[in-house]
Amino acid sequence: MDAGLLAQYIMNGLMLGMMYALVAVGFTLFFGVLDVIKFSHGDVLTVGAFTALATFVGLRTADIGSSALALLAMLVVAILAMAALGVAIARYLVLPLRSAPALNTLLITLMLGTVLREAVRLFYPQGANPKPFPALLPSDSVDLGLFNLRLDNGIMLVAGVAVIAGLQALLNRTKLGLAIRAVAQDEETARTMGVNFTAIVLVTFAIGSALAAFAGIMNGLYYNEINFGMGLYLGVIGFAAAIIGGLGSVYGAILGGFLFAALQTIGAAALPFASAYKDVFAFAVVIALIAWRPTGLIQEKISERV
Amino acid sequence: MFVRGSTWTVLAAALLASSLAAPAAAKDKVKVGFIGPLTGGVSVNGLGGRNSADLAVRLRNADTKAKYEYELIVLDDECKPNVAVQVATKMAADKEIVAAATHYCSSTAIATVDVYHKFGLPVVVWGAVLPDITYRNKYAEVHRVNGTMINQNEVNAELVSTLGYKTFAVIHDTTDYGKGHNQYFSQALATKGGRILGTFGVTADQQDFTAELTQIKALNPEVIYFGGLTPIGVRIRAQMDKLGIKAVFDATSGVVSDAFIQGLGPLAEGTLAFREGAPTEKLPGGKFFMEKYNAQKYDNPPEAYGAFAFAAMELILDSIEKVGPDRKKVIDEMAQVKDRDSIVGKITFDDHGQNTVPVITKYVIQDGKFVEWDDSEYASGKRKLPGQK
Repeated sequence: MDAGLLAQYIMNGLMLGMMYALVAVGFTLFFGVLDVIKFSHGDVLTVGAFTALATFVGLRTADIGSSALALLAMLVVAILAMAALGVAIARYLVLPLRSAPALNTLLITLMLGTVLREAVRLFYPQGANPKPFPALLPSDSVDLGLFNLRLDNGIMLVAGVAVIAGLQALLNRTKLGLAIRAVAQDEETARTMGVNFTAIVLVTFAIGSALAAFAGIMNGLYYNEINFGMGLYLGVIGFAAAIIGGLGSVYGAILGGFLFAALQTIGAAALPFASAYKDVFAFAVVIALIAWRPTGLIQEKISERV
Repeated sequence: MFVRGSTWTVLAAALLASSLAAPAAAKDKVKVGFIGPLTGGVSVNGLGGRNSADLAVRLRNADTKAKYEYELIVLDDECKPNVAVQVATKMAADKEIVAAATHYCSSTAIATVDVYHKFGLPVVVWGAVLPDITYRNKYAEVHRVNGTMINQNEVNAELVSTLGYKTFAVIHDTTDYGKGHNQYFSQALATKGGRILGTFGVTADQQDFTAELTQIKALNPEVIYFGGLTPIGVRIRAQMDKLGIKAVFDATSGVVSDAFIQGLGPLAEGTLAFREGAPTEKLPGGKFFMEKYNAQKYDNPPEAYGAFAFAAMELILDSIEKVGPDRKKVIDEMAQVKDRDSIVGKITFDDHGQNTVPVITKYVIQDGKFVEWDDSEYASGKRKLPGQK
């Protein structure tokens, strides 16, 4: 295969993988602290992307700001709004169901996802149509053979890596991170050590939802198009990625995200039959992986005692 | 027995009383149906069609010469075959509904023809273009006012060949709609000597096309033919640009909607598209239709197929006026439709219920508008598509 073409495939896969990983990390964070699966996560991403778009439209009507400033404003507004939405979901839907079976949380968040998705469709002006997302990053590009290296893709990859590294630092090097890890490991002990359980859960949901907002904006900048259904598909893939990586493990989620993207890219590029089957291929491999390692590639460190 | 007898007596008395009491002007109520995608990605087209059918009913009800008062029953097929079969069964099983204008999406229209046949409900398809809808079976119940994708793709292949393009890549969605387009375009192109370098089936809700487009980039075709609907059309065109692919984007009736241009902005420039019929304003009754439509102040524009939904509903209402609210009689009446004037031009149904007047309009997007090819600056040579000779 041509080197430029290979580079292009790798670039495509990395961009996809970064978005999947950011979504998967959210799933794994929520599962870590509360042992719940929050299925509305993908739709929070959609709402985040649309919030950013609305911010952009608002700024443009007010006629203020360069693209860099606009992007900064969009990031700030969308991330803060989604963090608040995440807190609200945790506070009013997830926490009250703490003592109910986990299935109830799964169902209630699944339904909330539909509510969010349909709300975007119905209440965003012409929300049923695909919306153009502004290209705010510099779009310089060089053609290296068949490889079209774009500056904006590079910036997004670097930003994604920085966000994930930041999250790692937060979890491993700060007092807040220590508290989150403590809650994830053992709620009772964490409480006796003076950790404010509810506050930590809310903060974790805020972080996870903020990541979704970031992924949503990245999605918009990458494809220059957003639509009300984008989160559903990303949510399913992010969830699958978190599972194959090992629910509860941040590294596992990242690994799972990139693995899934790689599978899809290989499925579309290397398999002899039509690309229509790339998702079938990727999910079939996921099924095989889960059958082989039911707890995921990287296991959460649990010491369950009876 | 006594009880039943008395019920009948009361009923008969009530009927008699009501018919006596009713003023002479009161008309019998007749129900007619409409089915289209009112939610989901292509809902703008469904809502436009719904409004247009509603307009036909309102105008008829306002007409003092009409024999009946019509009520429009609207159901949503969500452009999903499984949902469509459910709502079609619901509508067909309701014996009060005499006839219906049905379906924008080919995948839903083809899924439901058997239902209409089984229940004997006469329908007029108002937007779906898959040939099989009328041609796979010979169902007397099923009619269609718009043309099919066979005609559309013949005109498409003809135009791109005339422009001197020789190499093509095909992307189509894997619904019946996309597969049909792939089939008929490939057939039509083969007769013109064009070469298809690669064919890619994609799912109808796919987000990422970079893997397919990267392969296409390596194949380096002059034209990318796209058989599918607006949502993924927008994504594919946007991602072509991201990968630096300069080929012509040659699409179908599925993208002829304002949503396509709004979704892409300047990137939509130079996209080719084809549609059965002519632009609403150029149709024989286009001006009349738009005036009446705007007067109703609907929330959505009629979109590309609104006029066809209007024509389909008009045809249904005309038939009911003529032969009365009876499904069988309406079916017999529809079989006789020949050279019938409508706002979309003459309508003649062949023995499959297909309108045989295949007016196809060629479009190119110029400055954010669908412009008829022959009127465009691309045809006059003032602007050029990528690689146009």
